[in-house]
Parts: sequence; C-alpha cells; structure tokens
Amino acid sequence: MAESHAHDAHAHDHHEEGWFKKYFWSTDHKMIAKQYLLTGMLLGAVGAYFAYVFRMQLAFPNKPVPGYGLVTGADYNALITNHGAVMIFWVAMPVLIAAFGNFLIPLMIGCDDMVFPRLNRLSYQIFLVSAIVLGASFLVEGGAFGGAWTAYPPLSAKAEYNLTPLGPSLWLIAVALEFVAFLLGGINFVTTAMNSRAPGMKAFDIPMAVWMIVIASILFMASVGPLIAGAFMLLFDQLLGTGFFDPDRGGDPVLWQHLFWFFGHPEVYVVLLPALGFVAEIITTFSRKKLFAYKTVLYTTIGTGVLSFFVWAHHQFIAGIDPRMANVFTVTTVLISIPIAEMCFVYIATLYGGSIRFAVPMLWALAFIAEFLVGGVTGIYLGASGADIYFHDTYFVVAHFHYTFFPIAIIGTFSGVTYWYPKMFGRHMNELWNKVHFWITIVGFNGIFIPLFMLGASGDHRRIFDYSNFPELATPELQQLRVFATVSLLVMLAIQPVFLINFFYSMFKGKKAEANPWNANTLEWQCPSPPPHGNFAVLPEVYRGPYEFSAPDRADDFWPQNSPT
Amino acid sequence: MVKPIATLRSATGVPTGRLAVWWVIASEIVIFGGLLGAYLLHRLGHPEWATYASHTNTWAGAFNTLVLLSSSLSAVLAHNAAEKGNGARAANLLLVTCVGALTFLVVKGFEWTHEIQEGFTITANGFWSFYYCAAGLHGLHVIAGAIIMLFVAADARKNQELQRVELIGIYWHFVDLVWIFLFPLLYIAK
Amino acid sequence: MSSHTESHGAHSPNEAPHATHEDAHYIKIWAILVALLVVSVTGPMLEIRVVTLLTAFGIAVVKAFLVAKHFMHLDTEKKFVVQLLVVCLGLVFLFFMATSPDIMKHFGMNWVNESAKNANIPEKIVHHGGVEGAAEHAEGAAEHAEGAAAPAEGAPAHPAGEAH
Repeated sequence: MAESHAHDAHAHDHHEEGWFKKYFWSTDHKMIAKQYLLTGMLLGAVGAYFAYVFRMQLAFPNKPVPGYGLVTGADYNALITNHGAVMIFWVAMPVLIAAFGNFLIPLMIGCDDMVFPRLNRLSYQIFLVSAIVLGASFLVEGGAFGGAWTAYPPLSAKAEYNLTPLGPSLWLIAVALEFVAFLLGGINFVTTAMNSRAPGMKAFDIPMAVWMIVIASILFMASVGPLIAGAFMLLFDQLLGTGFFDPDRGGDPVLWQHLFWFFGHPEVYVVLLPALGFVAEIITTFSRKKLFAYKTVLYTTIGTGVLSFFVWAHHQFIAGIDPRMANVFTVTTVLISIPIAEMCFVYIATLYGGSIRFAVPMLWALAFIAEFLVGGVTGIYLGASGADIYFHDTYFVVAHFHYTFFPIAIIGTFSGVTYWYPKMFGRHMNELWNKVHFWITIVGFNGIFIPLFMLGASGDHRRIFDYSNFPELATPELQQLRVFATVSLLVMLAIQPVFLINFFYSMFKGKKAEANPWNANTLEWQCPSPPPHGNFAVLPEVYRGPYEFSAPDRADDFWPQNSPT
Repeated sequence: MVKPIATLRSATGVPTGRLAVWWVIASEIVIFGGLLGAYLLHRLGHPEWATYASHTNTWAGAFNTLVLLSSSLSAVLAHNAAEKGNGARAANLLLVTCVGALTFLVVKGFEWTHEIQEGFTITANGFWSFYYCAAGLHGLHVIAGAIIMLFVAADARKNQELQRVELIGIYWHFVDLVWIFLFPLLYIAK
Repeated sequence: MSSHTESHGAHSPNEAPHATHEDAHYIKIWAILVALLVVSVTGPMLEIRVVTLLTAFGIAVVKAFLVAKHFMHLDTEKKFVVQLLVVCLGLVFLFFMATSPDIMKHFGMNWVNESAKNANIPEKIVHHGGVEGAAEHAEGAAEHAEGAAAPAEGAPAHPAGEAH
C-alpha cells in the first residue's frame, strides 16, 4: 500500500519535462537504455567503417579506398586498433550489458526503475565522454593509437616506437573512463537485481536474461581492477616516463599482458553471457516450451564465470611465459568449452518437440547457436598451447574470435533488438525486410570469415598491411581469398541500411504493438508497450517461474509470472 | 528527487545503499590488489629495491597510520550517533574525520616534497614509481572520501539521510584498510 | 509482503540487525589498533628479518581483521557480503600466484631480462652486508641457478613435445 502511494507521487513528478530533460538528462532506465543503444549503434557504424577501410586495403592494396583515400601503414594500424577497441568496449558492452541491462532488469524483475537512477545517468554520461575522448584521439598530432587493442608495451608505452605521441594516452584515458562508466552501471545492475525484485520472485524465478546480465556485471567488476591499476601504470609510463613496463629499467612488459588478459578473458564472457540470456528468452518463447534444465543453465553459467578467471594466459602462450603455467592454462582453457557446449545442448534440447515459430528474433537466436559453435570449436585449436604456436597471430585467430564476437555483439544484439523492439517503442518492425536483412547478414558474415580461416591455416600473419614484402603470402591464391572476404563484407555492410531504415521508420510508422505480442511470460510483457514512466500501473507480484509455456490444463499456452491463477 | 520504489526494496535484507557500497569495495579490492600484487611481484624479483625503500620516512608513515586509525574511530562513532538518531553529533564526528583526512594529506605533502627534493622522483626507479603510484591512488581515495563526507555531514546535520553516515564510514574504513597494508609494504619492509 | 518500504532513517525494518555497541567499545578497539601500530613500528628496529616480516605483515593482517570486524561490522553483516570480499581477495591471490613465475623471475621460455638481472647484482654487492645481505645472496644464487635451468627445461617443451 505504501508502495503504490510512493509510486503515485513519483509518477506525478515527471509530467512536465522539457526536451533536454526527457532525452538527455533523464533518469528513467528506459531512456538511458535507449541512449546506450543508439550510441552503441552509432559507434557500431564507426567500427564497421574502420573494417571496411582496412579490408579494402587488404583486398586491393595501395589503391585509394572510396570514402577514405589512400591507406598508409600508420592509418592501417590505427584502424585495426580502434576497430577492435570500439567494437568491444563501445559497441558490445554498451549495447549488450548497458542498454539491455538497463531496459530489461527493472522490467523483468517487476519494479519501477533502477535503484540508483542518477548514478545510472552519470554512468551513461561518463560513457559518452569516453567515446568523445576516443574520437578526439583521431584528431591529435601524430594520429590515433595504432598498437592493437591489447596495447602491449613497449610499443604502446613509448612515442619513439609508436610515433603517436598523444594517441595512446587519449586511447587509454578513454578506455579507463569507459571502465568507470561500466563499474557504476554494473553496481547498479547487481544491486537492483539483488534487492528490488517483485515480491514472490525467488532466485529460480528470475528470467535467464537477468541472471546472465548480473553474472556478467559481477565478472566485469571482479576482473577489471588489475587492468585499471595497469592503465594507471601504463599512463605514467607514457606521460611521466616511469619504467613499469620497460625492461631496461627493471620493469616487465609481460606484466601488462597479465594485467590486460586477467581482465580481457573474463571480458569475453562478460559480453557472451547477456547474449546467451537473450537466446534463452527467445527460444523458449518461440518454441513454446519450458527452458530445458533451468538450474543446470544457471549453475553452468556460474561455473563458466568462475572458470573464466583461470584461463587468461592462453593469450600469452608465445609471450615467453613459464611453460609449466602454459600447461595449466591449456587444461583450464579446454575445460571451459564444456560448460559452454552444455549450454548450447540445453538450448537445442529446449527446441526438441517444441512448436517452433521462425519469427525474426528466433532466426537470430538459432543463428547465434550455430555460429557460436563454430567459434567455440575453433577455440580448442588455439587453447592447446602446442597448436597455438603455429596459429598465434594468424588470420585463424582473427576468424576464431570473430566467430565468437560476431554472434555475441551483432547476432545477439539483433536478436535482442528484434525481440524487445515492440516493448521498447510500442511498434513492430517490418518482418519481411528483417528476414531479408537476416539472411544476407548471415551469409555475408560466413563469407568474410571462412576464407580467413583458410588464410590463417596457410600461415597468413594478421598484422601485415601490404603483402608486397612477403612473396610467400602475396600469392594469387591467397589474394583471391582476401578479395572474397572483402566482397562478402561489402555485401554484408550494404544490407545494414535496410535494417536501420526499418528500425527508425517503424519507430514512428510501424504497426502498433500490444502489451504482449509474443505471448511471453516474463514481467516486461505484462506492462504496456512502451512502458510508461514507473513501468507498471500496479507493481506486480510473482507466482511462478519465467518459462511456464504449454501447461497442460490451461487454455492459454503461456502463463505470465504475475498471473495469480 | 523522489526515490523510486526499487531503491526502497530490500530482498536480500541488506539495505540497497549498503549493498552497493560492498560492491564498490569488492571492485576496489581488485584494483588495489592488482597494483599491490604487481608491486609485490617486482619487489620479490628485485632484492635491490630494499635499499631504495630504506629512504622512505617510517615516522611519517607511522604518524599517518595513526591519523587514519583515529579518523576511522571518529567515523564509526559518527555511525553510532546516527544509529541513535543524533544527526548533529554524527555530522560533527564526520567533520573530525575530514580533519583527519586533511592532516593525512598535509603530512603526505611534506613527505613527498622532501623526497622529491632528495631526488626520489616517480621516475627515479621502479620502487619509487610504485611508491608514488600506490600512495597516490590511495590519496585520491582519501580526497574523494573526504569530499563525499562533507556532503553527508551537511545532510546529517539536518537529520536527513542518516543511513549514509554508515555508508561513507564503511568506505572510509576500507581506505584505512588499504593504508594498513601500504604502510608495511612501502615503509617498514626494508 | 507489502512491507517493502523502508524509512529513510538509519533504522529500517528490513535491515539486518546490527549489534549496537557503546562508544567505549570502539575506543577500546582503537586503543588495541594503536598498540599494534607501535609494535609494528618497533618490531623492525630489531633488524631481524623474520621479526620484521612478522611484525610488519602479520600485524597488518590483525589490524585489518579488527577494522573489518568491529568498524565495518562485518561480524553482523550478511554472510554473502563476507564471502564476496573473500572471493575478491582470492582473485587477487590467483592473479599473484599465476603471474609470479613470469614476473618474479628474470627469465622466461624465450627471453632473458638482462637489464633487470644485471640491476640486481651490483646493488646487492654494494649495499648489503651482514646477515641479511648474505641471506639475499643465497636467494639470488638460487634464483640464478633456476634461471639457468629454465631454458634447458624449456627446450624440449617446444612445439613437438607440447603438441599432444
């Protein structure tokens, strides 16, 4: 009773809002989610543009790239570096964790907002500043940082080596700010999910998407610390001339690699888990079945999270680490494929015997499982320290992690956006154009990276911008593969405007969506589309788990979590 | 601003603000842990650093430890006062804690000035790089904590948001804890 | 379940019950902490290595425990909070242990950090004397022996050995 009272007061507070206050200074979790989503999409376009430029250079070397001009070696390095950094830190993180976390957590657990709305706003603003700082690094003297997204010293530490006196520092500051933004956001997510669940929602009634985002946030908070410390040290090396990572002065560059990958590997799971959560929501809804083995998925996820802290040095097998440690890390790395494989099997088991509907989100979710499997399986080659000696820094590695990150950051995002679009904007996207976009994107993606597997297996090193000095790699056979990959990229990029037009057009002109267009059970579908400020007219209570589909003695084949009967 | 209902719920039994502070501290543990771990790795790999460390001023470090321990005491007494609903006393005790923070920073200032004049700058060698980096990061936490504490004290004086006295206190004890480990690492072990 | 509200004051119905102590209790803890501080400063003055390590780091742990238990009230806090903090400490420990074979040594499988290694030798000779210095010499020698063995160990472990 007291709750609904406070709620009324709350809702009244926000009737009169200016444009600035509504769209930029809002503390409403849904608006912040949309800010993150749109910023992430914009930066995704930037990252894609970088990829376009350097793929053109690789396929058609030393010819001016339309829309960019001639690519120099320094340009090429800056482009690949920032392609990686942007796609992971400024696309995958803000979209998968921040945008969907903000949008879904309060709605799915049945409360009116995040626990710290102003902290939430601050988190987005710091994130925005970090993106601006990164953009600024392209404009300073010497150009943007070109030492790869892993920023290994000594290349990243000394201007004598990298020839970009200011770029690396700005890049590092941007990354550090981005971490601060997500630390604030992560604390907010975890606290909200722990404390603010609807009455009656017990641990095993929480939708998988919320669990996954929360576990991902915890992984992020627990792993990023050493890298924040490392970022300070590297910044001092760059700006003050300390020797933390300078072997000539008693420092150790391998320490940076450890600090980086201690975070860097859990980071893979930080972005993977939310995508796996979306897939769980989508395949249950569109196969009208209970999630197979809910508790197993949950425990497996936690196990994955724990294991992900024990695998980081597999990135450093050829960095000269202690061979005894390499053995240990080989074992743990191969072990971590077990929980992930298990999750894929559980999802496939969920599909078994279901009444499957191939709606657009379902297509993306199924594609996620299929494509991620390829990424996972090729990872086993690289996880074995012996094989890694040959594969390290070849295009095989590039193809492997794109087969993991593309399903996560792109397919996962598209599955989430197409599934929750009606809830976010109250309208439907055009299904036909979405299907066209889906098929061309998927075919294009495989067209890019299957040739890269072949190139990598042929020994193609990943950091070469002009092959004319490497006659054994400049053969017509290999060059054909590069051209094929680039043409596939062009096809894939060419179809993206279709999605964007669909996205923005449907926002205003799409078919109106009702509250629960997919007949799903979770709480976000039990409030109006789009949800008003404060989300629920009456805050819900929860009576059952999130995946009670096709219960035998009910007329409906779904059973909302908040329905008393 | 009106707090959302979400903020007022407490499914875990730990109030939301305190839960968040614990998460802050959990993530701070790994930040300081990473830095001090890196320092310790180097320190054990470089026996010669012991000679560099012998130039730190143990007495200044010990005095600052005393200052921080005492400011922790006033922070916990402020919490006790807030628990009893005595906002004015809590505010005064928080101000005492802030004076402790200021004393700490002033001592640090003199100490660093002296060391830099002696030629022990951040670039002198690995030990001094870590010394300034670790103590500096800790000092930033002291400054941030003191600033937040002033805001909390202002609210507490009006008997508002008294639960925040405990929250800033927990954070302050953590800052104290970090120093408890920094003191032997940077000053005593020689 | 409708009592999900919470007063804005320090006391709230859902809050875990906190043992309330009198001010004297906290002053007593503070006095113990100060006494421990005195020990940790005077201990190293004996210039015995074991005593120095014990008084410096052993007492730091005790002090940290006292502050965490009595000032941060971790004794009456929910168990999961303590577990969370312990897990984070465990991660730091994991990082330290897994990194130490690379960073504490000046040798790796394919590299030798000559300058770091060289920096050790003259310093030790110049600045150390007495018992402490001798102990460190012994340590240094052991380290060198290990370092010399490392490349030999590493060689057979190269591709062929590791491949299966």
